[in-house]
Formats: sequence, structure tokens, C-alpha cells
Amino acid sequence: MKFVDEYQDNELARKIVSEIATLSTIPIKLMEFCGGHTHAIMRYGLRQLLPENIEMRSGPGCPVCVTANADLDKAIALSLLPNTIITTFGDMIRVPGSYSSLQQARARGADIRIVYSTTDALEIARNNPEKAVIFIGIGFETTAPTVAAAIVHAQKEGIKNFSVLSCHKLTPPVIRALLESGEVKIDGIICPGHVCVITGSRPYEFIPREYQIACAISGFEPLDILLCVYKLVKQIENDSPRMEIAYSRAIKPEGNKPALKLMNEVFEPADTVWRGIGTVPCSGLRIKEKYQCFDANKIFKINMKPARENKACRCGDILRATATPVECQLFGKACTPEKPVGPCMVSSEGACAAYYQYRRPEKGHDAS
Amino acid sequence: MIQDENDIILLAHGSGGKLSHELVENKFLPFLSNPVLDKLDDSAVFEVRGRIAFTTDSYVVNPLFFPGGDIGKLAVCGTVNDLSMSGAVPLYMSLSLIIEEGLPMKELEQVLRSIKTTSEETGAQIVTGDTKVVSHGQADKLFINTTGIGIIPDNINISGAGARVGNKIILSGTIGDHGIAIMSLREGLKFSVPVESDCQPLNKLVQQMLETSPTIRCLRDPTRGGLATTLNEIAAQSQKGILINEDAVPVKEAVRAACELLGLDPLYIANEGKLVAVVESSEADKILASMKRNPYGKDAAIIGEITAEHAGKTIMKTRLGSSRMLDMLSGDLLPRIC
Repeated sequence: MKFVDEYQDNELARKIVSEIATLSTIPIKLMEFCGGHTHAIMRYGLRQLLPENIEMRSGPGCPVCVTANADLDKAIALSLLPNTIITTFGDMIRVPGSYSSLQQARARGADIRIVYSTTDALEIARNNPEKAVIFIGIGFETTAPTVAAAIVHAQKEGIKNFSVLSCHKLTPPVIRALLESGEVKIDGIICPGHVCVITGSRPYEFIPREYQIACAISGFEPLDILLCVYKLVKQIENDSPRMEIAYSRAIKPEGNKPALKLMNEVFEPADTVWRGIGTVPCSGLRIKEKYQCFDANKIFKINMKPARENKACRCGDILRATATPVECQLFGKACTPEKPVGPCMVSSEGACAAYYQYRRPEKGHDAS
Repeated sequence: MIQDENDIILLAHGSGGKLSHELVENKFLPFLSNPVLDKLDDSAVFEVRGRIAFTTDSYVVNPLFFPGGDIGKLAVCGTVNDLSMSGAVPLYMSLSLIIEEGLPMKELEQVLRSIKTTSEETGAQIVTGDTKVVSHGQADKLFINTTGIGIIPDNINISGAGARVGNKIILSGTIGDHGIAIMSLREGLKFSVPVESDCQPLNKLVQQMLETSPTIRCLRDPTRGGLATTLNEIAAQSQKGILINEDAVPVKEAVRAACELLGLDPLYIANEGKLVAVVESSEADKILASMKRNPYGKDAAIIGEITAEHAGKTIMKTRLGSSRMLDMLSGDLLPRIC
């Protein structure tokens, strides 16, 4: 397939891998921020191809996984209100909250519909004027502009039964929080490709500048990732950390200005809770007051039971890159895609799901 | 009387009274007539000798009509294909319809016409049936159940447990066509893809394969759950390993593109007219050549083999030369977020 096959070329991949092997002399630890990268790395077995001294860790870049239990519980509670339709991206539906999941709520009669875009959620609102249609807004800078667009559109069109439960999150603040915590020692970061299409590379330049950590933004095909690893290894070996774009066909340093403008029109940064990480200052997106009639948090007041977590689940450690999925004692035993305990086993961008789905048989569940 | 083309199905059509009889006589019989059915006795009566294969399946596809087929064609192909996967020659089928009141008569006719065409193509006759009509909301337009029986020739022994180390795995064509064609029509996911469902009867293809080599060990049609799930079933049943080559699995470019866009894997997407065959290594090329002569097998390819290693598991060699497990489908296929 054009524009895909070129980035999956076996021979080129081997060439890059051999360049990396020649270049790489010291043990290094890289973190791929984005769950999409974790999946591509596992799906194409890239870790098998890379030299053993290069360790890869997944980061917190899975929007479903980092959604706080309390937010998920609220979405479930909203779904149980009468005359309500919940619209959501697919992954959310199976994630276990503190007491239930959207999937279980749906089986009990809640009207929960999977949509592929906010346009579809708006369409459902148009077609069901007697019902409150709530969109569960999750995702990073990638999805937030489209949700902002839907809200602006709803206002222009006078759609009054549409609202958004914003659980949106910003990526640079959480990277800073992870680096500040000092918990995880990493030498380089594979920066999020899709997010940077919107934000550009500039919001991440503080990483090499302030923390002397190598950075490169990668696409999601295997050759993209290998090229990115090559660039990171080169920066680390030469002790010259900086921000590089290894995904130039999609990313400009300044990002997508109209999308950012739209996002800033509707949302403003607010402190928010990341599952497994805790409250990170100014890392969430709250709907601005002038759009509050679309803010599900303002429209619906519900009493919630306190959120709770399964103590044995190590999704938090995995999201902070302090553990790999195989280090969790539940992984592949009590926690599988069929019976997920934590969100990382559910989402198509979750690290545990990737490690489990694409595991190598030789070493039991260990996909490394 | 049912005369008007704009007529719709009423609850009374399922009451067993006059309207029910008119429905059978004016709509069903003209399409499905054959000597066994035409007697309209309580049971179909016929003689069969030999080993019998017996299968049933229900069809609830939404929408009823899709590029490349409809629920009627699907209901015949599904059951005929299940019989064929035992090596059976399909002979007779039952047809049960659960109709939601309000279904346009025209749509019912269109489905019946398609059942007629497809059953004629397969040679399997509809010899008994039933119709129920339910109130609005109690069914989604039309549900169909078909049950079929067929005869398995004496020298044929086909089973998922039959795979042996060294056997080759043949796939009859491109995967994911049906699932993507249906998905593209669903609410909230309207996109246009130049892909039609692969819904097609495989009994003639299977007969041709068995004539070429009666030693075929295992046949399976990878429907829901896709190729990956079917391979896992064979691995588990035979307690052998399966090794496939990602590059060897035929996927239409449009299906791959749709999957890339939606974050799905064609290996897990439903098919309705494809089969996986596990065959003796020495017979593989001959069987493949014979499959390629049939329009329903023209894109057939050898995609892998049965191994002693990794018993019960399916391993895939990726395009880049690395290898990984290929698990069964877990839960629904869901779109990714970013």
C-alpha cells in the first residue's frame, strides 16, 4: 500500500538497525511517550531487532489509561441518568472504573454509543432533541481541538442538548512532572507523533534544554520508529541532547495553528488527576466559562462514591515508566484483555494490551 | 391479499391465520418451490444415506443489504459453508425468519430472491421453514436462522484436530472484505470504500479441492474473529503450533487502508466467503493450483505451516522478520482514539 509499505521495508529496517548497532556503545533507556508507539514497537517486534543495550519503556501516552477513575466513575454515573445518551470513543467502554464500566452500564440499559468523531456525537444530539447527549472528551492535544470544534459548532447551530465531560489532558506538563519526580532515569524520549502534529515540536524543547534528555518525534510506522531510535542513540552517544523531528512529513515546529487556536478558544488549562501519576498542575483542559452551557461538569451535579483502585494493579507504575507490564504480578494471569483489571490492558494504546497481544511465546509472557 | 408492492409486514402475517398462509403461498413458495417443500407438511420428509453433517446458524446482520450481499445470501452461504468445512455436500436446509413488523414487503422479497439465487448456486434446497412476526423494537427488521444437513463422502475425514506437523496452511483469498464492507455502512462510521463483502458459497470450491486431494486434514471458514481466531482454534484443537508469514496473507489495498485509518487489524476482521485449509505438504501446490482455477479461490495462497513448536499457539513472522504471537480476538473490535 502506497505511503505505508515504504515505511515497513524489511531491507531498509535492517540497514537502520545495523547502523544503530554500530553507533550504540553504552546501555541506554528510552521512553516512548505514546501508546501508539508502544503498540507499533510490539506489533512489528522492533525490540527483537534492536541491540540488547537499548531498553525501551512505555510512558503515560495512552489517553484512556491516564483517565482518572473518578472521571470514569462520573461518566458511568451520567450514563445512568434518565433521558441521557453517552457518546464516547470505543476504548473507553471496556475500561473498569471503581465499581463498574460503561460496558456494564450499557448492558443494564444505559444508552451508550461508540462514535468515531465528535461530528457523529453532534449528529446524535440533532437527531435526539429530547435527550441530553454527553460526549466523553478524552485524549490529548490530538482530540481536544475536534471537541472544541464540536462545541463551537453546537453553539453556532444552537444545539442545546449537547455537552462534553472534559477529561482532556496536555502532554508537556506530565512529561515535566515525570522528569521532576526523579523516579525514572531515562536517556531519551520518543516524543508523541500525533500530538506534535497539533502542538508542533516547540512545547517539548524544554526537555533537552532543562533536563539534558535526548528527544526525537516519531511517526508510527516501523521505519519511523527505528529512524527515531537512531537519532536518539546518536544524540546520546555524542552527548548532544536536542529536539529532532524524525517525522517531518507530518510535523512542523509551530504545529497546527488553527487547531491550537480553536482548542484555546474553548478550553483553558487546569490542574487535573492522571491515573497512576496524581494531580499534575495545569495539565488538564477545562471548558472556559463562556462555553459552560456545554460543560457536563457544570450541567449535571451528581454525588459520587469515592473512587478506588485495585491495589495489586501496577498500571500507575507502568504509566510512570517505573515498571514494565511483565513486572506486574497480575499481567497475563488475573489481568488479560478478556478480564482487564487496569486500563492499560484495555486500551488499544495501553502498554499491557500491547505486551500481551504481541508477546513472544519463547519467554512465556515476556515480550522483550 | 398481498398485492401492493408498498405493503409492509404486519403482526397478522405471523399469526398462523389467513395472512400467514398468503405470505407462504404468494411470497415464499414462488421463490423457494421444490417437491419436498411444496407438500407443506409439518416436516420435510426425505431420504439420506451415509455420514451426515448437521449445522445451524442465526443471522442478525445490520444493515440487511450491503455491497456484495444481503442477509438472505449470508444465511444460505453461512450454513452451506459450515457444512462444506466438514467436507460435506450440502443437501437440505431449513429457513426460519423472525420479522419485525413494518418490514417493507419489497425488502422481504429481495431477501427471498437472494436466498433463491444463492441456494440454487449451491444446490442445497430449502425444504422446511417458519416465520414469526414480532412487534416493533423486539427484533431489528429481520433475523434469519438456517439449519443445514449434508453428506460426507466415505473417504473424507476433516477436523480441526487433524492438523499434523509439516502440513501447509492455505488461505482461499483476501481477508477482511466482509467486515470492512459492513463497518463502512454503520452509523457513525460512514466512509466509502471500494470493497464488497466476500459473502459467497464455498461448497463447489471445497468439492473441487477434495477431488484434487481427498486427504485434506482440516477446513475452517474464518468468519467472526477473523483469520487469527480461526488459526488459534486449529492450533488449540490439534495441539500443534502454527507459523504464518504476515507477508503471505492476501489483503486488499482498500481493506488495509481502512484498517490503517481505523486502527484495526485485518487478521481479526470477519470474512464470509473464505476458507483456511490444512493440507499435506506434498499436496499443497496441487490443491492451490486447483483452488486458483475457481473464481472463489483465485487469490488463494499458502500462508504458513503446522509446527511441533509452540503447541496450541499461533506465531506470526512479521514483515520485518521478527516474530510474535497471534492471539484470538478479545472483545469487540474497537476504534482507537488517536
